[in-house]
Amino acid sequence: MLLKVERIHHRYGKAEILKNIDLGIERGEVFITIGPTGSGKTTLLRLIGLLEKPTSGNIYFDGHRVTDSEGQRLAVRRRMAMVSQKPTAFNASVYDNVAYGLRIRKERGPSLHRKVMNALETVELAGYEKRNARTLSGGETQRVALARAMVIEPELLLLDEPTANLDPVSTSHIEKLVTDVIKKSDMTVLMSTHDMYQGQRLADRMGVLIGGEIPQTGNPDEIFNTPRSKKIAEFVGVENVLKGLITSNEDGLITVDVGGAILEALANLDIGREVCACIRPEEITLARAKDSTSARNTFSGEITHIVLFGPLARVELDCGFPLVALITKKSAEEMNLQTGTRLYASFKATGVHVIRK
Amino acid sequence: MQEIADAFVIAVKMIFTGDPEVYAITARTLEISISSTLIAMLLFVPLGCLIYFNNFRGKGLLISIIQTSYSLPTVFVGLLVFLAFSRAGPLGAFGILFTPQVMVIGQVILISPIVTGLTISALSGISPAIRDTAVSLGATRSQSVWAVLREARYAVLTAILVAFGRAISEVGLAIMVGGNIRGFTRVLTTAMALETQMGNIELSMALGIILVVLALIVTVLANRFLKVKEADVAQSRAHTS
Repeated sequence: MLLKVERIHHRYGKAEILKNIDLGIERGEVFITIGPTGSGKTTLLRLIGLLEKPTSGNIYFDGHRVTDSEGQRLAVRRRMAMVSQKPTAFNASVYDNVAYGLRIRKERGPSLHRKVMNALETVELAGYEKRNARTLSGGETQRVALARAMVIEPELLLLDEPTANLDPVSTSHIEKLVTDVIKKSDMTVLMSTHDMYQGQRLADRMGVLIGGEIPQTGNPDEIFNTPRSKKIAEFVGVENVLKGLITSNEDGLITVDVGGAILEALANLDIGREVCACIRPEEITLARAKDSTSARNTFSGEITHIVLFGPLARVELDCGFPLVALITKKSAEEMNLQTGTRLYASFKATGVHVIRK
Repeated sequence: MQEIADAFVIAVKMIFTGDPEVYAITARTLEISISSTLIAMLLFVPLGCLIYFNNFRGKGLLISIIQTSYSLPTVFVGLLVFLAFSRAGPLGAFGILFTPQVMVIGQVILISPIVTGLTISALSGISPAIRDTAVSLGATRSQSVWAVLREARYAVLTAILVAFGRAISEVGLAIMVGGNIRGFTRVLTTAMALETQMGNIELSMALGIILVVLALIVTVLANRFLKVKEADVAQSRAHTS
């Protein structure tokens, strides 16, 4: 394990920012912390990047506990690099920016030049070396920051919401660098993002950071399909979180009463237990007529609202309980869906994730 | 009015014909003021860094005192230096009262708050993200301080030029501790004061013109330094568009 974070607490004045954080990151993996703005992602990265000291708790790097010794902290810091959320460049040329980390390590001459030029080529900024880095766009500056971090070949690369302030084109450029270059190198990456889909696209493993705590870690599938709490479910885009009571259990096929409607799901929980049934909107199919289907759950409802965005349509239904479905815009058009349209919403029992309350 | 105009013409002639007295005084003035500015730069830019980069009790108060001292009266500094270096003073043993050396010391004291305070202001203007970036890339403490100082270089240079302007234009201190000795401690400002009292308006005017020109050069240089940054950026933008 390259990095281990043990019972980290951190406060700024009276505000408790991080609470009892435990985390382990294996060498070579891309670990992403996802969480809403203000959940403590940047603080966690700053602590791990040894820019600040935690109020309590320990950080272990490559098996060794990081102490308060400035010498040891510098030695560990020199095995990492960090790219911050706000693109930051020194008021110098692009070349000098990228060369900074190498120069402070006393690297000079042809080797430095070769590394800098390779890094600029990697981030597709060859030819920009003489430009003042302050004249670049946000996306270009962030690529300079990435080149500047990657050129020192860190064992651990910390990326703090590197695309938070960028346009979609620049974002996809940075994501491509992570997937095509960084993931293929030996680098271990710890990245934070508030964009859960970005996390899903890039992560080997993820940790959800909410309110200064990490209540769940796992691979993206686990996080997105089996969130451990209502808060996590809501954050990872499970728009349908229905409170209910288990009314029966037949060999793991349970029925849940959600305000009068009964839905079926797979879980091994006792009758009478209060639960939340989580259904991802993309798990729901809509039909004009009640077809014969293998889906265990079909409810009749009326459309209360439709929002189109890009190739998708978000359809809100009243089925006696609120339900949100995500379908393609083309399907919505072909079915001539409008507010007030009555239809049937279906989803499989396996599409329902049940969380104990 | 005619008298002033005539004096101005004669003064310009004195400057361009290379009047040895005028040039000697100018050279001495520059020597003393440049020396004091360089010494102040070497001592008080680091002090400004030390204050800015360290947190300690009373830091805010100290900065307020430094800023208040920007307008320290030159005669007051002159009095303190005079008392310190007079024969009965604690530093009287050095025997340097009424020498260029003591004038340099006095000017260093006079401009030290400006260099220190404006260095702190210059560093405060740099985003903390710069230092964090340097540290996160593996910079030592001194390397990260240097990275921030480098970002603030134009503002720090301006501070030094402002300090030079204050040193070269002060008169009270130079008279009190220099004594205005001809060919030894007489500088532009003290010479002007004396020559005006003696009725040598032309010479005084010539010295005045030189002083104004030097002050103008300092201002132009300060503005240039401030604009270099913008010009760099504008040039790079033009290059890419």
